[in-house]
Amino acid sequence: MREALEGSLAIARAVALTKPDVVAAYPITPQTHIVENLSRLVADGNLHTEFVSVESEFSAASVVLGAAAAGARAYTASASQGILLMSEVMFNIAGLRVPLVMTIANRSVGAPLNIWNDQSDTMAVRDAGWIQLHCASNQEAVDTTIQAFRIAQETDLPVAVNMDGFVLTHTMEVIDMPTQEQVDKFLPPFEFAGALDPANPRSMGTLVDPSFFPEVRHSHHAALGKALAKIVEIDAAFKKVFGRAAGGLLTVEGDKKAKVGILAMGSVIGTMLAGLEHYQGEVGPARIIKLRSYRPFPAKALREAVKGLEKLVVIDRAISPGLGGLLGTEVSAVLSTLEKAPKVYNYALGLGGRDIPETMYRDLLKTIEDRKAPRFAVFDADLDKLPPEDR
Amino acid sequence: MIEYRIHGRGGQGSVAAAYLLAAAAFEAGFTCQAFPAFGAERRGAPVMAFVRIDDKPITLRSQVQAPDYMIVQDDTLLLDPNLINGLKPGGAMLVNSRKPTAHFAERFDTRVVAFPATELAVEVIGKPIPNTALLAAFLALTETVPQSALVAALKGRFHGPVLEKNLALIEKAAKAVEQGAWKEMADA
Amino acid sequence: MAKSDTSKRLSELRMKHGRPPASPSEPKAERAATLREAQPRFRGLESGHRACQGCGEALAARLVMEGAGPDVMVANATGCLEVFTTPWPQSAWRVPWIHSLFENSAAVASGMESAMKAKGKHTKVLSFGGDGGTYDIGFQALSGMLERHHNVLYVTYDNEAYMNTGIQRSSSTPHAASTTTSPAGKERMGKRHLKKDLLSIIAAHHIPYAASASVAYPGDLQRKVRYAMGVEGPTFLVIHSPCPLGWKHDSAMTIEVARRGVQCGLFPLVELERGALTNIMPIREPRPVADYLELQGRFAHLFNKNDYRAQEELDHLQALADHNIETYGLRGEGLDPVDSTGAGHVRRGGPLAGRS
Repeated sequence: MREALEGSLAIARAVALTKPDVVAAYPITPQTHIVENLSRLVADGNLHTEFVSVESEFSAASVVLGAAAAGARAYTASASQGILLMSEVMFNIAGLRVPLVMTIANRSVGAPLNIWNDQSDTMAVRDAGWIQLHCASNQEAVDTTIQAFRIAQETDLPVAVNMDGFVLTHTMEVIDMPTQEQVDKFLPPFEFAGALDPANPRSMGTLVDPSFFPEVRHSHHAALGKALAKIVEIDAAFKKVFGRAAGGLLTVEGDKKAKVGILAMGSVIGTMLAGLEHYQGEVGPARIIKLRSYRPFPAKALREAVKGLEKLVVIDRAISPGLGGLLGTEVSAVLSTLEKAPKVYNYALGLGGRDIPETMYRDLLKTIEDRKAPRFAVFDADLDKLPPEDR
Repeated sequence: MIEYRIHGRGGQGSVAAAYLLAAAAFEAGFTCQAFPAFGAERRGAPVMAFVRIDDKPITLRSQVQAPDYMIVQDDTLLLDPNLINGLKPGGAMLVNSRKPTAHFAERFDTRVVAFPATELAVEVIGKPIPNTALLAAFLALTETVPQSALVAALKGRFHGPVLEKNLALIEKAAKAVEQGAWKEMADA
Repeated sequence: MAKSDTSKRLSELRMKHGRPPASPSEPKAERAATLREAQPRFRGLESGHRACQGCGEALAARLVMEGAGPDVMVANATGCLEVFTTPWPQSAWRVPWIHSLFENSAAVASGMESAMKAKGKHTKVLSFGGDGGTYDIGFQALSGMLERHHNVLYVTYDNEAYMNTGIQRSSSTPHAASTTTSPAGKERMGKRHLKKDLLSIIAAHHIPYAASASVAYPGDLQRKVRYAMGVEGPTFLVIHSPCPLGWKHDSAMTIEVARRGVQCGLFPLVELERGALTNIMPIREPRPVADYLELQGRFAHLFNKNDYRAQEELDHLQALADHNIETYGLRGEGLDPVDSTGAGHVRRGGPLAGRS
């Protein structure tokens, strides 16, 4: 049913529809409304789950690890510093191949303290071995959350559903909320073959020495590779039940014949589409590539999506100081095998919640018209605000 | 697409007002988007919230820099003349104030209506929370979204005595301003 | 409570030895034996693992697993126990067992227990850690688990240093003990700080049951495990587990070292319910701490006749032991079958080992 809902409330309700056995979370801006809404659902008797109010994100991640390892459908949510505090456990969850779901309400990472949206948190754990999906709207976030539970249990991998903090979590918009019947039809009960069970005792997380460690890592890498097809397959299955898909690995939008492209993850896609509508007369049309699956990285689909492009702007919502953008660097790397790879311009935008206006579309495309346009920049940084020695 | 910017102080319910306006627009058949310019501020600090309504899906997610309408919940915020920056030419501003409309009309080069929403709220619901009264007055001025949609939105958010009092409040507030005064702009 | 009242109360409580005291909140009801109780000799931790000879922790863990029975699952912190029991592809565990990290076993156990609750199962969750994983790095997760009242038995195998990484001091290392990060030298007499009184901190959470035990007293240890297993809610057990390598004592002397630790008063065996002291193991005749310390190389510098500081530190440790004896009222009153001398005899399966 279509409703006007705040993103966080919609996510809490979506999580409730998946009937999780155990939910553990610790509040942090801008994820707080998700935990609060889940607590409210529990308090009002609308969600029957073991809700564990932990004393830190570190324990939140550990609790869902233990719960899922013991055979329970488990969910947590966090952001920013919380993700970094969890990071050790996140590597562990993935390394143990424990299927569970987490929402990341993307926010910058301090210092300096900043509570606003960018994607530094999720990029900081990109090598943890999780499936990392990005959502461009609250509808996608709701749908991806429900899909994530199925992806997790069909791949034995944890899934992080990224949604931009504030820009999505605190935004009320029209969302088609799934019904319980639909979700029950789409999402089977939780099953984890490797779960701890006294009837069939099993040791998890043993010491693995060099004679087998590379093989463990390979199998983890291979599992993420195989997840590519699963993500597509489950999105298609979702469409059958709900009548809409959530973006597969990536989606090509905007002008599909354009020679210039913009690739990004998350809510900035919407603003780029709005910019295209308003400014294509001025700077020309662009193909807008919405990357949904950051891990596993869909190299093949990406090479397909950029065919015919001469220039590609890759928007990073985070920065790897001393390198530039991680997404931009990775996109360049996978496109480097193409005979006619587009020239990649990698720009970090909207760091720490800097508003990304509609005019950004125009400004980006104008900039790359110049042959000497920088290949990387913190695009919206006003260098005049810095002392000369810091520019 | 119509864009709105709501200014207020922490505790006055500016974000709630944005959500209610969006929810009312949704009830009236529009697509909507509402979000705060969230700060780390505490009670009393200036806050902003934004609303967009349209009859097709809204993709733009930037803050509203050039609103068609502004709602100002605390007239002391207008001591900063830059508050009104970005308001579209031909736009309009509703101000919660005990001062007469003329006071603001002299100072700001835009259409403006002043309306003592806090006093009305204190009178009807016993609390100095002006947001629902302002929304009702605003809807009466623009007539983009009918009052019945605001009633439906309020019913989705409040229950019991709080709802009853707010319904009484918006009925009074809607009658306190000139019906449809800004209508032609909303249609434009 | 006045001191005489305390000793009277404790002497009454002593008479309860040999059987689990009924929990104040839940009197023991007549019911059929559970799977756990029906197989008291179940070995959850098998032999053949790779612990050092004379490992106190391995012995303690085996005793705990025997007492706990088969219907359990274990969350194990990083440490010796984890490493020596599970060199992949082997495992010495006959129960479901998971190791995640050094500092999160209590939180992982919280999750496992929540899963059991959500699924309506009654499998008891055990959480194991060494003193490093409990007193230090995992302390926050442990406190959270206790406060949230998870139905978990947390066992800390206290060998008084970071043994897994090669004998570095922990907050559980006793005062004056020499470790690789608190070595005795010209300027220093080993660790400069006191052993953390963890049990008091645990007791301050007012959990249903917290106790200390020693590998020197297996019957007492298993009685405490069995009692804790029957409690619905968080329970805590700290087990004094000598480490021949780290304490630098003869591998054959593990039990003797542990026994003297109890008998001198440095490691008091006590039980607390809801934060209140409800039971102790009396010491028949307290031995001087030197009897305990002289067996261990980590205290060798305290026996240097030419160093005046050695006697000072010995006196200090003796004062700490005397303080424990006073505080907990540990001094025995004549012959008692379950005091620190009587209980030294293993009576596995006998009435004194804890069957009601």
